[in-house]
Amino acid sequence: MTHAEVSAALPILEVRDIGKTYGSILALQGVSASVGVGEVLCVLGDNGAGKSTLIKILSGAHAHTQGKLLAYGVERTFGSPREALDLGIATVYQDLAVVPLMPVWRNFFLGSEVTRGIGPFSHLDVKGMRRITREELAKMGIDLRDVDQPIGTLSGGERQSVAIARAVYFGAKVVILDEPTSALGVKQAGMVLKYIAQARDRGLGVVFITHNPHHAYPVGDRFLLLKRGTSLGDFKKSEITIEEMTKLMAGGAELDALAHELARP
Amino acid sequence: MTLTAPAVTHERIKPAGLIQTLLRRPEVGAAVAALAIFMFFSVSTQAFLTPAGVATWLYSASLFGIMAVAVALLMIGGEFDLSAGAMVGTTGLIVGIVTTEWGVNIWLALVIALAIALAIGAANAFVVMKTGLPSFIVTLATFFILQGVNLAVTKIITGTVSIQGMGAVPGFDAVTVFFGSSFSLFGMDVKISIVWWLAITALATWILLRTRSGNWIFAVGGQITSSRQVGVPVMKVKMGLFMTTAGAGWLVGMLQLFDVSTVQATTGIGQEFIYIICAVVGGCLLTGGYGSAIGAALGALIYGMTLQGIVFAQWDNNWLKAFLGGMLLLAVLVNLYVRRQAGVRS
Repeated sequence: MTHAEVSAALPILEVRDIGKTYGSILALQGVSASVGVGEVLCVLGDNGAGKSTLIKILSGAHAHTQGKLLAYGVERTFGSPREALDLGIATVYQDLAVVPLMPVWRNFFLGSEVTRGIGPFSHLDVKGMRRITREELAKMGIDLRDVDQPIGTLSGGERQSVAIARAVYFGAKVVILDEPTSALGVKQAGMVLKYIAQARDRGLGVVFITHNPHHAYPVGDRFLLLKRGTSLGDFKKSEITIEEMTKLMAGGAELDALAHELARP
Repeated sequence: MTLTAPAVTHERIKPAGLIQTLLRRPEVGAAVAALAIFMFFSVSTQAFLTPAGVATWLYSASLFGIMAVAVALLMIGGEFDLSAGAMVGTTGLIVGIVTTEWGVNIWLALVIALAIALAIGAANAFVVMKTGLPSFIVTLATFFILQGVNLAVTKIITGTVSIQGMGAVPGFDAVTVFFGSSFSLFGMDVKISIVWWLAITALATWILLRTRSGNWIFAVGGQITSSRQVGVPVMKVKMGLFMTTAGAGWLVGMLQLFDVSTVQATTGIGQEFIYIICAVVGGCLLTGGYGSAIGAALGALIYGMTLQGIVFAQWDNNWLKAFLGGMLLLAVLVNLYVRRQAGVRS
């Protein structure tokens, strides 16, 4: 599949035949995919399929050892998460990269604090940061009365959306979401899927990593299926149904065998 | 592109009440305890509230307080430094030896001692960060190394276990203005170390609550992986914290040296836990990510008041340790309660 037919513009982030080895262990190989403006790329796979390795490459945590990584059409090898961040590639990790005991607003600006004054008199713009946090969360549909409460007191879905709101505010062009719905109940997961759709409508590229086809299918535009470190293919929504996707992920034959095994005698 | 989000309100988040807001401050428990101890000794002893009495316990508190504040910053940043006490002795001995034995200029000696202290602090940080070993173990090793070196080297060079003749070193009086002087205020003979203590507490509080560095200290102590992920320079922060503790050790070393113009090779040994206790009594969590500089200063105030109060009350001095242990246990229980009240889930 050529990428030109997917969108007229250059994809924001693209991998071609990418792979990663850890010593003698082949964690990922021959994976190609891309995500463009206002697109949701879902990366699906069972445990150990190579999803985490792919995230680490995309987010700059680990450098790839094979293939090519292109950001805005330029080939890159990320040395640190900061380099990826500077290109507008933000990752929302499973643990959300929040510090539970710290207030919501401090978490929102952690690592990118707004300061006033110069030199030794440089200090945090506490009022400004509180206000921006409240506003940005309101845009996401979350009304927090008290942005001073420790972020650990928020629900899983709320914390997830704070993390997404943070990425968006800090100029992310692509948001990589690492299993944002896996630990959540049905209602909370639905809330997070809504935020994904909102981020997409704002023109962001979203890479949504999950092992749940029922979460991926409604919101995804393209689907990259991984299994045991290799790609099972990169499909457009029109090219695949949710049933096919589920079968491919688990390995159809394996599921049939399992069904047979579990059936009542 | 506009964003239309459904306005979700969260009916399950109560507005925080006054009590809860107050309890969110880590130093509240220590403030209450300090007030209680102050009142107790004021009523039960004659000498406690006299100008001389106040000056005495404030001085005690100040030496512990400077270290407790630095140790609190480090603990908020998620680390321990057991070598902090021995560092006080090491820096005093360095200045004492190079000036009295080798005739080095006293100002230069101060700089040398500070440089060595900072280097040891940096070495602590480097080993902890590169190996991932608990700082408790790494600095325990540093503590024993310093303790041994302090005694052995002092004996080799001076033939005794203390430094004599500091007062005769040229420039001693000039340095004393900064580290060993006192002035009178409200009839009290206020030692300069109290000024240092207050200034350092104020500075540390400002850094913690109002600067990026402060934000990062809370972050690296609260969740180190998250901090890394959002771009906090973890290594720099921890390095800075260990060096701050070592630097505070130097300051206290100088304050003691220039107050009594002598230093023992065993100075500072056994004090490291008192610094940690002061910090914990002041609301620092042992797990990091939570605490306050004012709290640690109050913890030291409690210690200073009790140390001298027991003397004024003419009790057996050994009760101090028992009291300290009780305070610590109480503080940890209060911290646990406060953390639950603050409603942190994880």
